[in-house]
Amino acid sequence: MSPSASTAFIEFRQVRQAFGKNRLYDDLSLCVNRGETMTILGGSGSGKSVMLKLLIGLLKPDSGVIRFDGQDLVPLDEQKLLPVRRRISMLFQGGALFDSLSVGENVAYPIHEHLHLSAKQVAERVAEKLALVGLPGIENMWPAELSGGMRKRVAIARAIAADPEVLLYDEPTTGLDPINTRRINELIMSIQRNLRVTSLVVTHDLASAFMISDRMAMLSERRILATLPCEEFRRSQESAIHDFVSAMALDPSRPPQGSLS
Amino acid sequence: MESRPARLWLEKPRRFMIALGGISLLAWRTLVGSFDRRFAFKELLYQIESIGIRSIAIAVLTAIFSGMVMTVQFSVQMARFGVKEYVSSVVSLSLVRELGPALTALMVGGRVGAGIAAELGSMRVTEQIDAIRAMGADPVRKLVVPRVLATMTVLPLLTILADVLGVLGAMVAARVGSDVSMTLFLQSMLRSVAMEDLAHGLIKTVFFGFLLGVIACYKGLETGGGTAGVGRATTETVVITSLVTLCADFVLTNLLLGFGI
Repeated sequence: MSPSASTAFIEFRQVRQAFGKNRLYDDLSLCVNRGETMTILGGSGSGKSVMLKLLIGLLKPDSGVIRFDGQDLVPLDEQKLLPVRRRISMLFQGGALFDSLSVGENVAYPIHEHLHLSAKQVAERVAEKLALVGLPGIENMWPAELSGGMRKRVAIARAIAADPEVLLYDEPTTGLDPINTRRINELIMSIQRNLRVTSLVVTHDLASAFMISDRMAMLSERRILATLPCEEFRRSQESAIHDFVSAMALDPSRPPQGSLS
Repeated sequence: MESRPARLWLEKPRRFMIALGGISLLAWRTLVGSFDRRFAFKELLYQIESIGIRSIAIAVLTAIFSGMVMTVQFSVQMARFGVKEYVSSVVSLSLVRELGPALTALMVGGRVGAGIAAELGSMRVTEQIDAIRAMGADPVRKLVVPRVLATMTVLPLLTILADVLGVLGAMVAARVGSDVSMTLFLQSMLRSVAMEDLAHGLIKTVFFGFLLGVIACYKGLETGGGTAGVGRATTETVVITSLVTLCADFVLTNLLLGFGI
């Protein structure tokens, strides 16, 4: 955990959340520094995605503080969240592309919402972002015509379209074949390098996590158990982390982690 | 164990009240949203096209057959009382004041309500609604307002069409079945049907359209439980909107009669 909480770019402090009788977090705290890529690992149903939705204001915690760049987001209503949503962008698990809009219109959506640009400037920006994800010139295609990997990449183009400072990735590689998984990982790293964003990634794909992260956080037992740099995370003797890492290493369907780092 | 039956008894009214509150709130936000100048005019036109134009056949066929069957029934029964010459007035008045609006609302409502609930429900379970909010837009303004305004515009227009073709159907049935000349039928109809009768029917359809749009959007936006939830939301929408249309018809008819229309 960051030594000085006041310098954290993103901070969850003592967040509690329950859905009905299902307690999700008891006392969840996490700090993310500006410019780093933090991955949150955890089992299915541990509430990883909910953390991202809390940060972008789609859900409200029962109690606790969620700070972004010094501002507490919990009391903000939809209108007051607008400037925050201009700076934080989210990649949804299935891509969440709008089926009724073309690829170009999808990528243009956040540009229209957040920036006041002429039609020509919008078109240029859409073309630039699509080229950045390796899919130039597909503005006129429809989401239904795209493969799973392409949908994810278009969704990434949409997520970075309005130049956010923070990117939230919800299971970016889930459901993709190894080649597309690697392509998405490389894309995430190149976005990190070139656009200098702060990234918060939620995944249970350990190989991807080791590849793209600066630090990793383990969500277990309704709180963040530990936040460690990748190497220390891999060697951690903390039982929950150790079990998670070795379970993934034993899974024959996954490549050994050493080969990817 | 003892408290369980009591809780179950309360569960349904509780859920009903929650839905009623949610629908009222959505209705209010839709009204407020319709006066927003930023509203999506292009989307409204698209919705009018997809909701209206494609419902013409169903509305027209319903009206023609209702007009014909009523003429056949009334011709036989009214002949027994020796007042057969009033068939034209009775059939036209019932069509314009009651059956045109109500049957159009029921038939078109079933088709359109199911479509809206299924579309918004699918958007909900694939996180597209969340994506709209995360990009700083308001799903009510983007999705609900254009759909509700479209149903409110389309239902009266389809009802006018239904009225005209229903009366035509009745005229043909009278000519073929009971040898009443079309001129006589028309003259007698024009004597008995006044502008107020037309207005009575059309005013009701504007309200039917509003209720239909808001309820279908609410059921769609509140969809949970994956693709199975979409199916449930769709069928529930058809049932609820049909019942609400019939109840509202009774209330509105009495209200309008109270105002002398």
